[in-house]
Amino acid sequence: MMNSATSFSRSGLSDWLVQRVSAVILALYFVVVLGFIVTHGDMSYTDWHGFMACTFMRVFNLLALLALAGHAWVGIWTVLTDYITVRQMGARATFWRLLLQVGMGLSIFVFVVWGIQIFWGN
Amino acid sequence: MKSNRPVNLSLAQVLAVNLKSPVAIASILHRISGVVVFLLIPVLLYVLQASLRSPESFDAIKHGFVGSFIGGGLIFIAVAGLLFHFVAGVKHLIMDVGVGESLQGGRNMAWASIAVAGVLIVLFGLWMVA
Repeated sequence: MMNSATSFSRSGLSDWLVQRVSAVILALYFVVVLGFIVTHGDMSYTDWHGFMACTFMRVFNLLALLALAGHAWVGIWTVLTDYITVRQMGARATFWRLLLQVGMGLSIFVFVVWGIQIFWGN
Repeated sequence: MKSNRPVNLSLAQVLAVNLKSPVAIASILHRISGVVVFLLIPVLLYVLQASLRSPESFDAIKHGFVGSFIGGGLIFIAVAGLLFHFVAGVKHLIMDVGVGESLQGGRNMAWASIAVAGVLIVLFGLWMVA
C-alpha cells in the first residue's frame, strides 16, 4: 500500500472507479467536440462560439473539466508511482516523486481554474 | 512490503521481450499518449480560450496558430494522442465487462486497438492538411 497518501481517493478500488467513470465522460465529450469540429470544415467564429456557449455545452464542458482533473490525477499518479521508484533510482526517488506529484496537483488546479474562466468567465 | 530481489534487466532486454507483445505495446502507448496529452493541456486550453474570445481572436488562432507548422503540429500530436488514448480506453472498458479476456483475445484486442487508432490518426492528419 505504498504512497496511498497521494492517490486521488486513498483507495485503489475507488481510484479504479473514478478512472472508469471519468473515462466514459471524457470519451463522450471527445466524440461530441471532435465530431463537431471535423463536420464543420471551414468553421466560423459564430458556429464555434454558438456551439460552446449553449447551456448544454457549458454544463458538459464543466463536467468534462472536472472528469479530466480526476482522470489526470489517477493516471499521472499511477505513472509516477510506477517509474519514479527507489528500486529504479535509489533513495532520492521519494523526493522526486513527491515533488512531481505536488507539481501535478498544482497543474491540475490551474487547468480547472483556467477552464472555468474560459467556459463561465463571460 | 520490501523486496530485495535483484533487478538486472537492461532496457534492451525489456524492449526485446515487450516489443514482441501487442498487449505490451498497446499498454505502453496508452501510458505515453496519456502523459503527452496531459503535458499538452495548456496548449489546448490556450487555443480554446483564444478561439472563444472574439471573432478576430478566432481567426488569428485558426490561421496564425493552428495553420502554422509548430502550432498545427502540436494540435496534431495532441489529437493523435487523444485518439489513441480514447481507443485504448474503450478497449479497456470492453474488457472490463468480460469481452476478450483470454490470452488470444487480449492479443487480438490489442492489435485491433492499435490498428483502429492508427487509421483514425491518419484520417485526422489528412483532414487537417486538406
